[in-house]
Amino acid sequence: MAHAKNYFQLGLKQALPFIFIVGPFGLVFGTIASNAGLSVIEALSFSIFVMAGSAQLTALQLMLDGSPTLIVVLSALAVNLRMMMYSASLTPYLGEAPLKQRILAAYSTLDQSYALSLQQFETEPQMTLQARMRFFLGAAAPVIPTWYISTFAGAFLGKSFPADLPLDFAIPLTFIALFAPLLRSAAHISAALSATIAAVVFSDVPYNLGLIMAGFVGMSLGAATERHLLARPDRP
Amino acid sequence: MNLSSAQIWTVIILLGFGSFALRFLFLGLIGDRRLPDWLMRHLRYTAVAIMPALVAPMLLTAPASSEAIDPVRLVAAGATFAVAYFTKKVLASMLAGLFVLYILSFWG
Repeated sequence: MAHAKNYFQLGLKQALPFIFIVGPFGLVFGTIASNAGLSVIEALSFSIFVMAGSAQLTALQLMLDGSPTLIVVLSALAVNLRMMMYSASLTPYLGEAPLKQRILAAYSTLDQSYALSLQQFETEPQMTLQARMRFFLGAAAPVIPTWYISTFAGAFLGKSFPADLPLDFAIPLTFIALFAPLLRSAAHISAALSATIAAVVFSDVPYNLGLIMAGFVGMSLGAATERHLLARPDRP
Repeated sequence: MNLSSAQIWTVIILLGFGSFALRFLFLGLIGDRRLPDWLMRHLRYTAVAIMPALVAPMLLTAPASSEAIDPVRLVAAGATFAVAYFTKKVLASMLAGLFVLYILSFWG
């Protein structure tokens, strides 16, 4: 009998390089949060409870804009809607695990763990449920503590150089750096472009509701473009 | 800045529960039933729609505090986008944008 693979270690090993992406991002979030007036405890709690960088930055930006709490939360959740998509697409692979494991897996659903795991599950379809769960948790294992520690470090150090960071520009800059690499098809580009135009058109809508409206416009156009491209007979 | 501690904690807790709910919804509650294709198709584009929509008004509309769009920031944002789009390196593109921002503000 072949030696059983240690799938937790395998996932962990594959996720290790993400430390160098998540770490700096956590430093950025921590620094921005501390410059925005959050205490170290508040910044760290943000990262522990929410565990999603772009949603956390969205919430921070909207709070700084003076948006009402409900709008802050709804908009940040809209940024996190992709987690629902991840959850849905992981369900066929992990859905039969015990509840406790599924709770742990839900918290560990991140861009990185999702992308690595889906690739792994598809290339090795004979994996057992237990092996899949181990790989998935392994792929989240290096990312989660890195996010906590780097947020803490950023918030802690951010206090010592408060004037240096152009806060109001650091946030848009971070978002551009995050979404531009995701624009890998015509559908993604049409979603981003139409959402951009809609956001400018709707920028005077009260309570920052224009953001959510523009998000719907972008999602609809992205989905419509995808359907159009798929319908073309010259496409696979 | 004067964010109130009460608002910060309310946001942390609500957003924390909400984010967990989004992640748990299907894995925990729906089981292995598939989502309809049209819904998956829309969800695929949430990130690339919401993030640009958040950025656009900050760069392309004049804030109440100043009289015009800042061309320096627009160029720096463009540089960030170009580097991020072509290299897919998040940190490198942020540094490129900040670099352009500082160079241009220095000359301006």
